[in-house]
Amino acid sequence: MLEAFLALFADNDIFNPPTLLHYWDGLVTTVQLVFLALLIGLIIALPLGIMRASDNPWISRPIWLYTYAFRGTPLLVQLYLIYYGTAQISGIQESFLWEILADAFYPCLIAFVLNTAAYTTEIIRGAIKATPRGEIEAAKAYGMSWFLRLRRIVLPSAMRRGLPAYSNEVIFMLHASSIASVVTIVDLTGAARDIYARYYAPFDAFIFVACIYLCLTFVLIFTFRKLENKLMAHLRPLS
Amino acid sequence: MIDLHGYGPSIFGGAILTIEVALLSLLLALILGLLGALAKLSSNKLLKLIATLYTTIIRGVPDLVLMLLIFFGGQMMMNEVSDWLYETYDWDVFININEFVAGVITIGFIFGAYMAETFRGAFQSVDHGQIEAGHAYGMSRWHIFRRIMFPQMMRHALPGLSNNWMVLLKTTALVSVIGLADMVRLASEAAKAVHEPFTFLLPVAGVYLALTAISEWFLKRLEIKFNAGVLTGSAA
Repeated sequence: MLEAFLALFADNDIFNPPTLLHYWDGLVTTVQLVFLALLIGLIIALPLGIMRASDNPWISRPIWLYTYAFRGTPLLVQLYLIYYGTAQISGIQESFLWEILADAFYPCLIAFVLNTAAYTTEIIRGAIKATPRGEIEAAKAYGMSWFLRLRRIVLPSAMRRGLPAYSNEVIFMLHASSIASVVTIVDLTGAARDIYARYYAPFDAFIFVACIYLCLTFVLIFTFRKLENKLMAHLRPLS
Repeated sequence: MIDLHGYGPSIFGGAILTIEVALLSLLLALILGLLGALAKLSSNKLLKLIATLYTTIIRGVPDLVLMLLIFFGGQMMMNEVSDWLYETYDWDVFININEFVAGVITIGFIFGAYMAETFRGAFQSVDHGQIEAGHAYGMSRWHIFRRIMFPQMMRHALPGLSNNWMVLLKTTALVSVIGLADMVRLASEAAKAVHEPFTFLLPVAGVYLALTAISEWFLKRLEIKFNAGVLTGSAA
């Protein structure tokens, strides 16, 4: 079994074990980066989305400014700003923070988190705003407090409504993460660039990595479709 | 006023280049999108399959990977094509896939896939009875497309098109990665040279925000134009 596996590599110049290992490391970095960015982004976006949906302009306007700025500029510019910008803050290179920021991974993660949080905030806001008025009135009639209303009535249905848009955002984030390779991070795209440079074989290097991204995308689409079917079961037409 | 250390004019030139790349790739994307949508809706199975493969694959792969593939691979392929042309037909042609061409082709190709999906949905929302009515009046297929399908389709497609355009505009920043001297590349190089990232990158971010704001205004005009025949609640 193993010999047959090794024989497969024997007459293959590019996809030998070290190269595949390099791709594997890249895959791990990409998955880490995307997963952490989405998780932290979602945690930040939830309170921001609730604030953004507020009727009080003093609460919703500042959040609007944040989402407008981050949704209106390219992620690459945001990444450059954070990657080069943090290094220029006076005194930061002597502080303990530099231990974290000196590695390209964390500035990149910060940029991704801020970017995805801005998009997710708007998704949550849209979902909250679409709550049927009657449900809120009913909850008020039952004497529920603002927080209880939010927890029991608004958020559970808003999350269901926001899910399709959020699944798009997840896929967008996976694709956007390829930008990490620009600031020296060896993610999947970074690995492909290394291997292109080593063997001067653009088609092998990039088409292989494109296939991996394609598979990851399909897995995400499939998972979200399952989740939607489960969460939206009460809305499905009888068949 | 902010001090750009003399880099101001070159970054302004980069901004013009960014707009050029964006508009040219928009044109390509619209053409590919229309063709893709028509292929998806056609009864020809092969055309349908090609269009479906195109939209699925392009939308499943990151823009940057496609751009690197077309930039690095495109020249290699073109060299082989011109070699083959020279050997078989004795034609001496040289096609240069530079950063600009690779950038425009990639972005146009990617957004063509998104546009195809938008157009497909919009075509489907045109009432079929109206097309039949067009046939009954003896209109040719091109006539039906131009007079009945297109004006009504645009009304449904416009929100999706605006969205795609906004994303496209921001995607143009990626051409700086393959070496095109657009405003992002010039600003980041200046930032590295002078060690002042905020001075150069914040104005660039501001230009993108301004372009977005201008596009929003323009697209609102278009929306009013294409919705002219529709009565809304406020008209009463």
